[in-house]
Order: sequence, then C-alpha cells, then structure tokens
Amino acid sequence: MWARSRLIVCTLVAAVLVLGLTSGLVFGQVYERSETLYVSGTAWGPASDWNPFIAWSKSNTTGTIGLLYETLFMYDPLSDEFIPFLAESGQWTNANTYELKLREGMTWSDGQLITAADVKFTFELGQQYAALWFSPMLLGDKKYLDSVNQIGDYYVLFNFTDPLYQEWDNNLYNIPIVPKHLWEGKTEADITAGANANPVGSGAYMYDTHSSDRNVWVRNENWWGNDVFGAPAPKRIVDIRFSSNNVALGAVIKGDVDLSNNFLPGIATLADKGYVKTYFPAAPYMLAANTAVLFLNTTKAPMDDPAFRRALAYAIKTDDIVNVAYANLVAAASPTGLLPSLSKYDDAAVIASLGWTYDPAEAAAILAAAGYVDVDVDGLVEAPDGSAIALEVTCPFGWTDWMEAISVISDSCKAAGINIEDVTPDYGSWNTALTTATFDMTLNNWAAMSNTPWTLYNLLFRHPIQPIMGSGNFGAYDNQTLFDLVDQLAAVPTTDLAGMQAVCSQIQTIMLTEVPMIPLWYNGLWAQFSDSVWTNWPTDGANTPSRLPTTWSGYWQLGGLLTLTELELVAPPAP
Amino acid sequence: MRRYFARKLFIYVVTFFLAVTIDWLIPRFMPGNPVQNMLSRAAVRAEAAEVMYGYYTRAFGLDVPVWQQYLNFWNALFHGDLGTSIYLFPTPVTKVLMDAVPYDIFLLLPAILLSWFAGNKFGAFAARTKRLDNTVLPLGYILTATPYMWLGILLAWAFGIVLDVFPIAGAYSYTMAPHLSWTFIGSVLKHWFLPFASLFMIFFGGWAIGMRNMIIYELEADYSHYLEALGAPRKLVRKYAFRNAILPQLTGLALQLGVIVAGALVTEVVFSYPGIGYLILAAIQNQDYFLIQGCFLFIIIGVLLANFAIDIAYVLVDPRTRKGMTGETA
Repeated sequence: MWARSRLIVCTLVAAVLVLGLTSGLVFGQVYERSETLYVSGTAWGPASDWNPFIAWSKSNTTGTIGLLYETLFMYDPLSDEFIPFLAESGQWTNANTYELKLREGMTWSDGQLITAADVKFTFELGQQYAALWFSPMLLGDKKYLDSVNQIGDYYVLFNFTDPLYQEWDNNLYNIPIVPKHLWEGKTEADITAGANANPVGSGAYMYDTHSSDRNVWVRNENWWGNDVFGAPAPKRIVDIRFSSNNVALGAVIKGDVDLSNNFLPGIATLADKGYVKTYFPAAPYMLAANTAVLFLNTTKAPMDDPAFRRALAYAIKTDDIVNVAYANLVAAASPTGLLPSLSKYDDAAVIASLGWTYDPAEAAAILAAAGYVDVDVDGLVEAPDGSAIALEVTCPFGWTDWMEAISVISDSCKAAGINIEDVTPDYGSWNTALTTATFDMTLNNWAAMSNTPWTLYNLLFRHPIQPIMGSGNFGAYDNQTLFDLVDQLAAVPTTDLAGMQAVCSQIQTIMLTEVPMIPLWYNGLWAQFSDSVWTNWPTDGANTPSRLPTTWSGYWQLGGLLTLTELELVAPPAP
Repeated sequence: MRRYFARKLFIYVVTFFLAVTIDWLIPRFMPGNPVQNMLSRAAVRAEAAEVMYGYYTRAFGLDVPVWQQYLNFWNALFHGDLGTSIYLFPTPVTKVLMDAVPYDIFLLLPAILLSWFAGNKFGAFAARTKRLDNTVLPLGYILTATPYMWLGILLAWAFGIVLDVFPIAGAYSYTMAPHLSWTFIGSVLKHWFLPFASLFMIFFGGWAIGMRNMIIYELEADYSHYLEALGAPRKLVRKYAFRNAILPQLTGLALQLGVIVAGALVTEVVFSYPGIGYLILAAIQNQDYFLIQGCFLFIIIGVLLANFAIDIAYVLVDPRTRKGMTGETA
C-alpha cells in the first residue's frame, strides 16, 4: 500500500513537471527570429542604469536616449538637416527668443500626454542641479538661457541673453525629455545618480528585460512616430554584449547577429567576399564617425615649440595607419580635423597653403631650420639646447587598432629622426595622464559627428586651462586669440553660413600654423550587417536609405532610429 | 580536539583580518583617480564635471582621511554592506556579485569536481601497467600544459563554427528570456557544454598526473611491500595505496574550490560567458575600489573556508590525524 501511494505521488509529480516544463513556451519568452533584431558592439559592461542624465554609462544601455527617451529634434549629418522629432517646429522669433511647437497627441508609454510642461520641467532640471551636463547653459556664470516659459500645452518659449546659437542647436538633439509626472517627485540623488529602473519614456521602444550580457527592448505599439515615420520593423531589439571582438565576428558570420557595430579587423576582406555588408562597398567601407586627433602636450619641451610640432605633422605616415593598421577601413583626416560631413567649413585655401602631407624631407628641413640637429649621429635629432629627445606616444592597452596606429606613428617618426616610443599603459593610468596633462602625446577621438564645427573646436581648444582638463584641450594649449575665436564661433547664428566659415577660416589658419594637435584619421562608424533576416540596410547605393547604420549611444538621434523604420524582412513570415 | 579547533579558528581570524586589510589597501595604491576616470568616460562640460566630481567623491566616502575610510569599511562590512560599485554605478557590489557569481559556480563546480573524480580514477588506473602509463602520462602532460585560451578557441572554432554543433557565446540563447521549459534548460546546457568541456580537459590532465605519481610512490612504500609479502591480493594493496594517495589530492581540490569565486576570466572571454572574472578585470582596469574589495573579500573567505574544510576533512578521513590530535602516536 505504501508502495502504491508513493507510485501515485511520483507519477503525479512527474506529470506536473512534464506539463510545466513543456508548456513553458509562453508567448514572448522565445523570440521569433523574424520579429527580432540582434545587435552588438556598443555595450562593454553589464547594464547599470537607465538614467538619461548619467552620461558616461549610456553605452551599456544604449537606446536609453534614442529608443526610450527622445529629443526635441533629430539631426541627420548625411544631409545636414534637422528633423523635427518631439518638436513639430522651432524657430528664433528674435535674437534672444526661441519658440518651440510640440507635436500634439503624443503620449508617454504609461498613457499620459506629452506636453510643454514636460519640456519646461526637463530644462529646469538643468537650472536646479549643477551636476546635469547641460546645466552650464542655465546655471552659473556662463549661463545664457534665462527662463523657459510654457504657453498652453504645446508651445514653449526659451528666453536667452546672448545665446550661443551653435551650442543650442547641438543641445536640441541631445537633451532627452523626461516625464514631469514621474520625475518631479524624485530626489536630487535619484535624478543625478539614480538607476531609474523600469523607465517610462516617449520612444519607439520600451524596456523589456535585461541580463548581464544582453538588453532587450520591445516595440512601443502606441509610439507617436508610427504615423509620422512609420513603425520600426523589429518587434524586439536584443543588444548583445560579447566579451571580445572575435566572438562578435563569429556571430556575424553565422548570421546570429544582424548588425554589429564592433570594430572587427579584416572586415574589408569579408565584405569583399560577401560575408558581410558595409555602408560603402569598397574602401573605406565605413562612414566617418569621429576624428582621431594626436594631442601634443604643449606644456612640455620640445612640444612647446611650434616648429617641432609642425615637423611632427610632416613626419607621421598616415597612409600606413589607414592601409596597414586599419586595413583600409578608415580614411585620412583633413588637417583641420573636421569630418567629411562638415567639410563645407574647411577653408580650402588655408589648407592648400598651410596643410601638410607625409614628407620626411620637409620634416627634416623644418627641424634643421629650428635648431634640432643630430649631434651624436644616431639618426635621431636632439633639442636646440643639446638635450636628448625621448618622447612617448600612448594609448590604452587593449585598444588594438590604436596600438597599431601608435606603432606606425613611432616608426615613421623615428625614420624621420624624431625619437618617439609607443607605450601602452592600462586605461586608468592613461586616462589620468590624459586629464592631468602629464602625457607626451596621445590619441583622442571625442570629436564626433555634429551639426556644427564648434563642437570640434570646443573640444580641441577647451578653455580656460585648468589643472584637470577633463573634456578637451588635453595638451593645455594656451592661446587667447584662439579661445576668443572659438567663443565668437559659438555665438554665430547657425543660419549664417558665411559668418561661420569666416570664423572657422581664422581658427584654421592659427591651428595649421601653430599645430597644437594633429588630426590624423577619421575613425569609422563601424557597422557590418547581415542580410539573412533583415534587409534594406542603409548603404551608399542609390536604392537604399541614407541613414546611419549604428546602435552607438548618442547616434540614435542622428538618424540611427530611422534606420529601424526603414528595415524590411527578407522573407515575410508565413500567414 | 577542542583546543585543536580553537587554535585553528584563532589563526583563521587573524589571517582573515590581515588579508582583508591588504585587500582594502591594494586598490588604493593604484595610480589614478577612479572618480575622475568614471567622469571622463563622457566628455562632460568642465563646470558640470567639477560639481559631479565633488558629489561622487563624497558619495563614495573618498573625501575623508584614509584611516577613517578604513574604519568605515569595517563598519560597513559588519553590516553586510560592500559599498556601491564605481564602474557599474549605481549598482551595489553585493548585487553585482549575486548576479555574476552563480554563472561561475555553475561552470566551475561541475568542472572541478568531475575532473577531480575522473582524473584521480584515471591516474590510479594508469599506474597499473607500464603500457598504460606510457600512453596516459604524455596525454596528461599535454592536456595540462596546453594554454587554456588556445584550447578554448580551438574548441569554439571546431564545434561552434565548423561543425556548428554548439553555440559559441552567451549563457543561454539570445532568442529567449529565462523561463521554465525544456527548451530553455536545453539551451542553457548547450551553451554550458563547451566552456565546461574546455575547463574539464585542462583540470583532468593535472589530477591524472598527480594521482599517478602518488600511486606509484605509495606502491613503493614499506606497507605495500609488506602486504605483498604477506600474499595480499593486488587489489587490496592498490586500495590502500589509493586511500593514502588521495590525501594531497583532497588538499588540491579544496584549494581549487576555494577560488571558484574568482571566476574563470579566460573562459568568460573566449566563450563570452557571463561571470565575475571579466568583471574583476574590468574593475581593476577602472580602479573600482569597492568591486575589487568585494570580489577579493569573497575569494579570501572562500580560501579560508576551503582551508578549514581541509582541516576537518583530514580529521575525518585520516585516522592518523585523529590520533595525533588526542596525543596518541601512530
């Protein structure tokens, strides 16, 4: 009798288990391949927060600004146009007033209406909390936005004094609008440093789930943009964090990942053979995303000598970086540092007369004329006062493409007579050296795609010079004329093309004469995609969308989101 | 026996205290400023960065003098608070560990235990005849000397890409969210197998060689010869030899189990498997004092517990230790 009842119990338990386990295919737990977009290449650590105001961690939860929270405008760098996004329109009604009209009928993902009160609230957060990255516009001695007024539910008036038009335009597509009804009760710690779990936004996608190596976004079926731009094609986006680039490569080739924004060396060969697709069918294969600039520490001899710096510019063989280190995935940069999308601000005459190309003979001539002679005949010059020159060019260890690049720099400079060693400290000490100006020369590529050349020059010539230069001008180059010009550029209205070009021309003249830093190459907007499930990817061809094929944080609002609305399935699912 | 354990306990407490102090000190010797590194990952405007720098330095308790930070650390530790990670701000360190360590335990525990059992059995087996020994021993040496990342990548390439039998990345398929079903369990096991196999193979070689050496040594001992002279069956002699040989292997096993919490960094990188190893590396590179302290605290506790377990295991397993403790001689 005992045995029988035990048998019955066991059978029941087994049946429950079997039923439970096999019925576990609950809707939405296993993603349909034809509904899901797999991407990778942005996250390098596990997700830690969905707070749009914590600027440095958004890579690990890319899409927080762009998919979830949205900005007033989008900017398309390929066509140099502002696309009204949350805003329906915006214009300067006079020199100091900007009027914004919000689209009507938009809702947050919890159903509440999006109104001008949310916009006013978001900007006023910058007025209250100095820790928000856009607060210098509203708070402190450099502020120029005095007040934000709400007129009705859909009009916002921004009142300025001496507005910096260039920065304002830049902010229009970078400041995410957050819901007032959920954020007004938050404490300062929550707003400036909170994790903001289970976020509610206005965007095309909502937070679904995450684990330590993936973030899953699910489409917002009530997104306001469905009527304006069309609904984005994938129902889910799974953003995968691979531990290393070669694992990502394996996944792309297998077709497990649709869009990879990793830097994968050798993509040129794979693209040629048809394993992956890229934006351009031939070199440079990738769009230019930012400029890699070699910063020179102008507080240290001999980098404080403009002649030495100019000779250095002639001594670096950029072609080897492009062809060998990057295997044709990048292009050499303009000496002004401006990206191709901003090339209309390049003064061709200035570049023609002051620009440089690889010319070791010219480098030697400049060095000789400035008093740098090879006294001990070892092939390397010494300083005019006789002291030996032994410099280091650095990049963080593990950034393999940059490690190759600084190796090229070191080799070509040594061949031209300048003693430079390539050194690769770990990220922490490299970063400390960068921000405290204790390096000799190093690379930085924060000058990203932008609507204005001002962002590049604000990075290169950040002022005032402080003990810690955390956001630009790492070589502490001090030139008040140049600083004044950059400030002047900031205040030029963005519609005044001639005015901007004039100031840029002056900046470029000084920059190419003094050479405080050397723009070397355009880092690519790494993107390789697979046509196995999704098609109609953006490419350079005639019949494909002209958008940015990227999931990088900060690029969704440059048209990255619109890539998703243009995607199509290769084979529509069977009815 | 009580005195034996009391003395052991005292030594462990002192060791724990010293180890944790060193654990706390070492990250702070690293050059560089973690808050500055964190802030500079986004090119923030200088004015905002200043405010944030002050705020975060206070938030992490880094603005007080060093000795006070040390006391705060012990205070927090006794409340079970390991602090907030800088690298993964604002996630608390305990949450980071709880999320990541189970993956490593799931991977390493079976690998270590199974390779220990199999390796020891195999090593003892190989010590029987010369011919077996000549084939098994080189295999063991090859396996244990193989660079792990090479073997891992080879397995991933062969089984994952060429034969396409196993997946090469993740803990479970990217097409599913965790839920209770055979599909999910199957996916977890499929993703687990290659990393497990690579670890198993490497550990196996080491145990096999060790056991084989110990058996041969024991078979040459006086008691073995005496038993043989008395006419005992070979099986009996080998059984006693095995029992003696297992003791140092037990020590090795316990020590390896003790450092499970350190994760398997290379496995995690090669197979893109989540875990704590990669996070420890990232924490070190980003000078995340609190995550480094937290991870190494667990490692210290793991190793001390393992040591303690060895002590108890020896008492249970080896009668000579039991007798020795109560003052009798063998």
